[in-house]
Amino acid sequence: MTDVGIGAPATAAAIAAPRGHGTLRRLLRHRSFLIGFTIIALLAILALLAPLIAPVDPSAMRVRFRFRPPQAAFWFGTDQFGRDIFTRVLYGTRISLFVGFAVCVVSGLCSAILGVIAAQFRRLDSAIMRLMDALMSFPAILLALGIAAALGPRVSSVIIALTVAYIPAGVRIVRAAALTVREMDYVQAAQVSGASSLRIVLRHILPNCFSPLLVHLTFIFAYAMLAEAALSFLGVGIQPPIASWGNIIAEGRDYATQAWWVMLFPGIAISLAALSLNLLGDALGDMLDPRLKGGE
Amino acid sequence: MAVPLLSIRNLTVQFRVDTGWVTAIDDVSLDVGTGDCVGVVGESGSGKSVTALSVLQLHDRVTTRMPSGSILYQGDDLLRAKGSTMRRIRGSEIAMIFQDPMSSLNPVLTVADQISETLRQHQGLTGAAARKRVIELLGLVRIPDAARRADDYPHRLSGGMRQRVMIAMAIACKPRLLIADEPTTALDVTIQAQILELLRDLRRELSMSVMLISHDLGVIAEFAQRVVVMYAGRVVEDAPVTQLFRRPVHPYTMGLIAAVPALDSDAPRLTTIAGRIPGPQEIIPGCRFSPRCALVLQGCREEPPSMQMVSDGQSARCPPRIQVLDVRHV
Amino acid sequence: MPVILIISILAFLLLSLLPGDPAMIIAGDQASPAAIEQVRRQLGLDRSFLEQLGIWLFNLARGNFGSSLILNQSVLSAVGERLPVTLSLAALSIGFTIPVGVFLGSLAAYFRRTWIDSAVMTVALLGVSIPAFWIAILGVILFSVQLGWVPSSGFAPISQGVGRWFASMALPALILSLFQIGFLARMTRSAMLDVLSQDYIRTARAKGLSEWRTVGKHALRNALILIITATGILLSAAIGGSVIIEQVFALPGIGRMVVQAIMARDYPLVQGTMLILGFTFVMINLIVDILYTLADPRVRHD
Repeated sequence: MTDVGIGAPATAAAIAAPRGHGTLRRLLRHRSFLIGFTIIALLAILALLAPLIAPVDPSAMRVRFRFRPPQAAFWFGTDQFGRDIFTRVLYGTRISLFVGFAVCVVSGLCSAILGVIAAQFRRLDSAIMRLMDALMSFPAILLALGIAAALGPRVSSVIIALTVAYIPAGVRIVRAAALTVREMDYVQAAQVSGASSLRIVLRHILPNCFSPLLVHLTFIFAYAMLAEAALSFLGVGIQPPIASWGNIIAEGRDYATQAWWVMLFPGIAISLAALSLNLLGDALGDMLDPRLKGGE
Repeated sequence: MAVPLLSIRNLTVQFRVDTGWVTAIDDVSLDVGTGDCVGVVGESGSGKSVTALSVLQLHDRVTTRMPSGSILYQGDDLLRAKGSTMRRIRGSEIAMIFQDPMSSLNPVLTVADQISETLRQHQGLTGAAARKRVIELLGLVRIPDAARRADDYPHRLSGGMRQRVMIAMAIACKPRLLIADEPTTALDVTIQAQILELLRDLRRELSMSVMLISHDLGVIAEFAQRVVVMYAGRVVEDAPVTQLFRRPVHPYTMGLIAAVPALDSDAPRLTTIAGRIPGPQEIIPGCRFSPRCALVLQGCREEPPSMQMVSDGQSARCPPRIQVLDVRHV
Repeated sequence: MPVILIISILAFLLLSLLPGDPAMIIAGDQASPAAIEQVRRQLGLDRSFLEQLGIWLFNLARGNFGSSLILNQSVLSAVGERLPVTLSLAALSIGFTIPVGVFLGSLAAYFRRTWIDSAVMTVALLGVSIPAFWIAILGVILFSVQLGWVPSSGFAPISQGVGRWFASMALPALILSLFQIGFLARMTRSAMLDVLSQDYIRTARAKGLSEWRTVGKHALRNALILIITATGILLSAAIGGSVIIEQVFALPGIGRMVVQAIMARDYPLVQGTMLILGFTFVMINLIVDILYTLADPRVRHD
């Protein structure tokens, strides 16, 4: 190629220059991020302060107040035992956010470890990935259903079941990111200059897997909350009398035509939580990792 | 003087960015006469490709606007043409080939599919007649074993072959004007020469006008009769090719010419112009070339220069230089 | 094939997740020691772990997926009996999902950054956020109880007439599609955005093709390659979602059977059914891979 030879670095670089330190500022200007973050933060505060906000005990049965429609005294109405639905939804928020967050953290950690191991050690790679393929052959909700059922109806079983169900997708994402980074010149250079593999993993590979994993985990948070609700609805998740959004709906279902409010409000709560997390995930995907826009 | 085939008048194109609209090209005018070959030269970011895409309005509609100017094709303004009129002109009256033949062909359709689509659209050719013409066209662009190549997918062809396919597609309906946007930039040097020669021959055989966009003044010098030099979204000089090399007016043109490697000299390194081209968002008062100009004067940074006639057929956007040249010649 | 072996072992291990003595749990709290002993022998739990695994794999190889404790039936025939229901549901919902999801996603991508894009993407976002079982109950109340348009529950096999079959499946399938439509529309939008910015789309326009042909032929063909890879996920979501939807609409499908089996502690039935579904998905993924190869000439030739 004959070059004109004008000393002209690409203009794109000049335009892109102010990007580096502006990520946080741009995030704060992103509409989806703001809406998503505000809703989920609000829900988290409500969940934390539930005992202070809630007008009554979530399990308190007051039969004389049964099936009261929403009114000043009972914002979301009452159920067949006269329990206050607003209080129960509030306490359900605690369970749902806790399960979602726990699944995020545990599956995130496991995905990071397994993904990096698969990417770093060729011998373990195919073993790990075949196992992940096998786990992925079961629909996530069915796998969680089977495991939760076997472990017994407890909060911890739900968390373990959902964690196992969502690890394979996370491992794939981390492994793909780690493999990409590993081929980068600067990592190769570090390898040649004799840096230990542990150091390379900690300094170069893990940080670069962080963005795609974070985006993925935001969506997993939403999926896990939806799945927890579904499991509790089916009766293998959180058991009554502990209130969870899923089991309030399951209990309200039988009276749905006469007391629509019992199942309406927890459903809105789940939708709102999942919606805000999906918005947050979209925004993070936009900002942190434009390549991720395509999804899987 | 007769109406030129294509006449771009005072065209301004703007792109949408996060903060509003930025001007990519500003007040661009150029003519392509019937049978002419006009070269448009400039470095990346000069707006030459933007100008080329504007003719067929191939910019992204959502993020582009053309607030002023006109593009006259045989006297009719394309910017005011209806969608159906534009579609009739695209590919049949005015055809275009692009820089990267690797990505410009659709990977999931065969070569024959993609060429015959143009024939069907504009000439109603289908079936065996279309296929016969496709093979004829592939022969015309000198693709060996055309009948077999027709059924290949693009990824089976080399870069040079793909550009030939692009050319076959472009000339399928015998357009009157061919716009070639950096047609050889992505190719090997030997292939470049072949493609240029092919374009030259086809131009003569089909008596097409050609607008050739390139960053390579060497390519332009070989191919074009007229040269339009662009810098940072503006035309800075417009002249017949011999005139341009004999007496460049604009300091930027002088820099470009000095940077062309001469084959007969053993100069150890290329001359370069210091600095870089400003982005469309950068505000530079006065002449946009002034920060890099070796001959810059105080006035250059204040008043934006206008395009002025230097001599018959040559004009430039540098009043101080034109003045100097005039004095010398009187 | 190693995946099939791993799936078999995973399904086998499911039983060992049971805390304590599986035989005791399966037989129930009130079971007599003799009954527990019988369950133990019936399931082969009195043998060593490796022996059990060997027997399990040997039986699988002969097509024996075990038998249910409560249904008095082999797992295979129990699944086979309920397959038409689940298959109808999944097929119908995928039938809704693909045209609608692809159309909406393409629409949003083509009109990106306009109100059309925002509207479509808001709907898609609601689709992936609203829990299916909740909207299903609301749907039953509205369309069956209030409006009386469709039967509220029960399954009419296709042999009773296509009309009755469709009437019994339409609402469940539609509700099952909501999540998938949202998912597919979001996925299609980003695939289409990517494709629409490619050079060959500009080439198609430069040829004078109409927007309809440019997007419908040149862009969609390329986006479909990306979309095909999502169909495996969609099917997985459809089968997974049908577990819940069947429960709400009281459809006698595989999902409902699994939930009932779990409630009745019929673990062999759970185990066998999971395994059959696992195998099915290995097959589905294989088919998706083949479709992918057929759709992309770049992969086909090499």
